[in-house]
Amino acid sequence: MSPSIELLRFNTCGSVDDGKSTLIGRLLYDSKNLMEDQLEALERSADLTGGGQINLANLTDGLRAEREQGITIDVAYRYFATPRRKFIVADTPGHVQYTRNMVTGASTANLAVVLVDARQGVIEQSRRHTYLSSLLRIPHLVIAINKMDLVGWDESRFLEIREEFESFLPLLDIKDVKFVPISALNGDNVVDPSPHTPWYVGPTLLGHLETVHIASDWNLNGFRFPVQWVNRPNDPQNAELHDFRGLSGQIAGGTVKVGQKVMVLPSGLKSTVKGIRTYDGPMAEAFCPQSVTLQLSDDLDVSRGDVLVGLDVLPGMSDELHARVCWMQPRPLQRGRKYFLKHTTQTVQAVVTALESRINIDTFEAEPQPAELAMNDIGEIRLKVSKALIYDGYATNRLTGSFILIEPGTNQTVAAGMLLPPNEAVKPEYNDFAI
Amino acid sequence: MSSYHLDHLGYLETEAIHIMREVAAEFERPCLLFSGGKDSICLLRLAEKAFRPADLPTPFLNVDTGHHFPELNEFRDRRAAQLGGKLIVRKVEDAIAAGIAVPSPGEISRNRLQIPTLLAAIEEFRFDCAIGGARRDEEKARAKEWFFSFRDAFGQWDPKNQRPEVWNIYNGRVNPGEHMRVFPLSNWTEMDVWEYIRREQLQVPTIYFSHRRKCVRRNGQWLPVTDLLPPREKEEVRDLVVRVRTIGDIISTGMVESPANTIDDILAEIAAARVTERGTRADDKSGEAAMEDRKKQGYF
Ligand SMILES: Nc1nc2c(ncn2[C@@H]2O[C@H](COP(=O)(O)OP(=O)(O)O)[C@@H](O)[C@H]2O)c(=O)[nH]1
Repeated sequence: MSPSIELLRFNTCGSVDDGKSTLIGRLLYDSKNLMEDQLEALERSADLTGGGQINLANLTDGLRAEREQGITIDVAYRYFATPRRKFIVADTPGHVQYTRNMVTGASTANLAVVLVDARQGVIEQSRRHTYLSSLLRIPHLVIAINKMDLVGWDESRFLEIREEFESFLPLLDIKDVKFVPISALNGDNVVDPSPHTPWYVGPTLLGHLETVHIASDWNLNGFRFPVQWVNRPNDPQNAELHDFRGLSGQIAGGTVKVGQKVMVLPSGLKSTVKGIRTYDGPMAEAFCPQSVTLQLSDDLDVSRGDVLVGLDVLPGMSDELHARVCWMQPRPLQRGRKYFLKHTTQTVQAVVTALESRINIDTFEAEPQPAELAMNDIGEIRLKVSKALIYDGYATNRLTGSFILIEPGTNQTVAAGMLLPPNEAVKPEYNDFAI
Repeated sequence: MSSYHLDHLGYLETEAIHIMREVAAEFERPCLLFSGGKDSICLLRLAEKAFRPADLPTPFLNVDTGHHFPELNEFRDRRAAQLGGKLIVRKVEDAIAAGIAVPSPGEISRNRLQIPTLLAAIEEFRFDCAIGGARRDEEKARAKEWFFSFRDAFGQWDPKNQRPEVWNIYNGRVNPGEHMRVFPLSNWTEMDVWEYIRREQLQVPTIYFSHRRKCVRRNGQWLPVTDLLPPREKEEVRDLVVRVRTIGDIISTGMVESPANTIDDILAEIAAARVTERGTRADDKSGEAAMEDRKKQGYF
């Protein structure tokens, strides 16, 4: 068997020309994840466009239209591995569609790498990227100060930029921040330590990616199990399967044990977990984000969209929601508009009842009562939904605290939403009398 | 369980199972594209993991180009039967006869002709979703493909009209006539696929393992000599010990010289390999943007 290794998902952000593509190319190249045909294709395209010089950045440029325009759109995913970890990189290029793309890439990331050009220092975009990483609750942040070769590997320049960041980091919700001086072009401190930075004692960028502690990035506090699919074999030939009724889903928070009491929401009915079933056999305990099939000891009417929760930490339940949204389409968001809202495993109807603020992502300030939210805007809104959601604040649980809005008709995904904490939790005695 | 912590295969697996169940719950008539190749073999195991002890909720669909390796079709039929699934096979041959697929003069490859054949099958059965085994690491143009890839009423993929995917929330809404391609293995690499095959002890078609075969050298590759592909004059023909890394049609799949007899051998070979797997398929060499063009027309 191969040794058990972890997967780390990270996204890279920076404005145009900060060196993102070069950095990703460098990581792939130096960690020996480039193959001959990729190198060959790189050389071939260098002849056409680059005046003969191989450009590491070409490796990560995806679609032809974009290549022709010399820009990249959307999010591209890259894969590489070292003997210590596997990596998925979400490459979110910096330009107009930036906020939308970055939110997309950041939503599943354990870590964000914010690139800064050492010559320019902290610019508007650096603040934005850091703010968005915080908004999306990416657990770990690395500020990679790039092009250090162009500032003579000057330690004081590095410290100056670092201090600038540290002046606004306390305004944000990021706990784990690392600063690394690099040259993506030459590879210094990317994979191997640089001879030019004797003053820097920290790990290389890859060294940090390989070792940062991510085992507790998932929420393990408060069992949440949105029922996804009811498993009913209905097999008349097989006595055991004839009455089998399992609740299939992915654990969205916490852990669950056989014998544990759970509450089904919204009904409030309580039961006990009789079995945790998987294709590989029964389990005594399971945890977020495993996909399992649960059997309850009572024959309750449970279907897709219901949520099983532990009794120790209870979620909120409401049909009035307060959320931050990132608006993702050209038609602006206005009060009174109706959408479908998909949250965990259910889709409900939603109407926007108020636009409370638009967040200025450069100053982090909230501008009250905007008339609308335009594409790539972030704001706080209130929604009324056709059926109460069972949810947590996004800050506590990224899976039960997030949703998307879908435009009826076009079926486009128009917003990514992060719920603010519920005013109150469901009461543990809720509906007890109904049993 | 000692710690609450998944290894990389565990993570990729739970992500894929979640996606499969979303498809089963949200689509009315989903199907699963099953070729018998290594990626779709993993898909079938994931379907078992997602849906057992119930029956698998999707039929299997395969487009038979008529240029398949016989070992592949034999495996496909056997595996589908083992799982008790319904296997639907639609042939390019029949699509040509029915005028659904029209070859251009002198066109030998069935690659392009698979597209109308597949789209006709989707229409015939009114499938609103097709689960496929494509991975993002196969090809640059796939790196930006989403898990849920929207296709319009013409089956076309428009890179500008895809839906951003955030967290694990997938938007599967389609209007009548439109459909979704769903790729649960998007985040898997070639290495992950073989590691999963090893971990799950999955059977694979024999052509993935080393065997003796008569090959002809053409366009820098060793192609299998068959009735469909006789050697031309002055071409170099050799009896080689080879295997396939990725399976396309028998007239375009480059064989790699390899002594790899077991899954462990294959894993060791990939770890040391210096050519990505698509480098062994002649159909991809025609241009860097070749794949992107085929995808726009509705390729897998
Ligand atoms: N001197 C120097 N140039 C760099 C470095 N990193 C990137 N560059 C150059 O900066 C330019 C923009 O880099 P690129 O990776 O395309 O930036 P992106 O737009 O963020 O992807 C290219 O000409 C790179 O060669 C670095 O560390 N040092």
